[in-house]
Amino acid sequence: MVTLRLNNLSTRYGHHEVVRDITTPTIPGGSLTAVIGPNAAGKSSLFRRIAGLANGQGEVEVGGVEYDRNTICYMPQDTGANAVLSVYESIILASKQGRGLKVSDQELIAIDQLLEDLDIMPLAHRNLGQLSGGQRQLVALAQTLIRSPKVLLMDEPTSALDLHRQMEVLGFMQRKAEETGMVVMIAIHDLNHALHYCAQALVIQDGRMQGYGTCQEIIDQSLLENVYRVRGHVELNSLGQRQLVLRGPLAHL
Amino acid sequence: MAKPMSANTEITTETSSGRHHYRAQTARRYALLGGLTLLLLLCLCIDLSTGPANFTLGEVIHTLLHPETAKAQLRVVIWEIRMPIALMAITVGAGLSVAGAQMQTILANPLASPFTLGVSAAAGFGAALALVLGVSIIPSMVEIMIPINAFIMAMLTALLIHAFSRMRGVTVETIVLLGIALVFTFNALLALLQYVASEQALAAVVFWTMGSLVKATWTKVAITAGALLIVLPFFIRHSWALTALRLGDAKAESMGVNVKGLRLRTMLFVSLLAAIPVSFVGSIGFIGLVGPHIARMLVGEDQRFFMPAAIICGALIMSATSIVSKILIPGAILPIGVITALVGVPFFFSLIFTQRKSAW
Repeated sequence: MVTLRLNNLSTRYGHHEVVRDITTPTIPGGSLTAVIGPNAAGKSSLFRRIAGLANGQGEVEVGGVEYDRNTICYMPQDTGANAVLSVYESIILASKQGRGLKVSDQELIAIDQLLEDLDIMPLAHRNLGQLSGGQRQLVALAQTLIRSPKVLLMDEPTSALDLHRQMEVLGFMQRKAEETGMVVMIAIHDLNHALHYCAQALVIQDGRMQGYGTCQEIIDQSLLENVYRVRGHVELNSLGQRQLVLRGPLAHL
Repeated sequence: MAKPMSANTEITTETSSGRHHYRAQTARRYALLGGLTLLLLLCLCIDLSTGPANFTLGEVIHTLLHPETAKAQLRVVIWEIRMPIALMAITVGAGLSVAGAQMQTILANPLASPFTLGVSAAAGFGAALALVLGVSIIPSMVEIMIPINAFIMAMLTALLIHAFSRMRGVTVETIVLLGIALVFTFNALLALLQYVASEQALAAVVFWTMGSLVKATWTKVAITAGALLIVLPFFIRHSWALTALRLGDAKAESMGVNVKGLRLRTMLFVSLLAAIPVSFVGSIGFIGLVGPHIARMLVGEDQRFFMPAAIICGALIMSATSIVSKILIPGAILPIGVITALVGVPFFFSLIFTQRKSAW
């Protein structure tokens, strides 16, 4: 199983310190870890710092695996692209970075398999510019997974998906993590999804880590009030699952 | 592997079609590149056959393949007079087109090309600077100073555009406006040089502003081709990374592409490719715009196909224009830059009006 540990991780954006001294216990692979916090808390910056795309102090320790250029993969929030490339070509592109020009049959078979797994084979030969927001997110997921990452950092991967697709993708990632033992960190706003699909949660606010633990421990009334500034609580629903009950935003002080 | 996200029986039949479709598409692209190359060779032969004295294609091909048995007149006209001009058309077209293709790629701007962004104007000014001021200083060095000067000016301009494009709030249109400002600036500076130039230098400068192939020599062809040979290995080596840039900086970075470094180095190479042709044949517009767009329509933006297609399309357009410049007014050779501009301007307009509506 792959593990990830962050030691005193910091990074700046201009003069502003957007990730401040984040140290975590060992984050286990094989299950999903939710990274939660309000907008502009520093989730994307933390991911970029872990992936080595942003400079700063501190260390990222990946355990249980040899380190190469695809060990840690960051899946950024989708911004759309108008390139004259098909979905299929864009996935080949992702898998071939830093490698030779020829594309082998093995590589294409792996792509076919992945498209099938993600249920997006019908999109394979569509142009990137013709995709809807949700389809683009699924393609972005394929572009990331084809690199067989050991630590996968997903920045709001389900924000443009309908409810059915959100649950499919999160369920898929949950199974994928179990099968491969990889570390999957997901920046996510839907705390009910976090409760349902993620084993651990890491809370970030103002660039600092406010807590880390199991989702059961972390997602509670005090998180809602102190981090999200909403009134609510967590209760067991009729299926025996923990679920958020929200009553409204806290009044501004 | 993970289970499919949802059971879909149709997918099994489509699975194999994923890679088969891709392989078929790749084969079509190779065929297209092959076809374009043949067309280019045909164009080259027609270009060699047209001129004040017209030869048949058979005569041209025979002279090319068996120069020792060809008639002396034919051999001299084809090999020594027309061949450097015809090859200059091809190398210049190829160089400008690939320069335009990479400028469009790294600036994510369909309107970018050495001509529209002022890089060609800067190179022209640099070349004129060497000629007008250099003639009297070191006469023997002028041949070398012209392309070097052109390159330095083109590079400085390219770096300026590069720096500007990185600023916040800069759009595709503002970059083009900057390009227009640069074109005006360098044209004004060129006019100033013309004002102080000697009569001999003035004639050369005027000749440049129109763009013409007739002064091509084997040396100039070799230098233009040499610039391509220096630059192409870099572009080939970074094919995947350059293609990834078209997915946006964030995604390219996440795929491990050194976006900043790649963009800067590409810009430097582009300025070399743009400068050399300008210093030899003058200002030839729109090849760097039209060539890449046709290539993109034919093979998409996978650089492994896009770049060769841009090279061949640019060369083909220039070679065809060279033929047109000779047959439009029998007995006279029109400046090729005038023709490319007349064809290129409407194309440029159509791009401006359509680029927001569809993927380019």
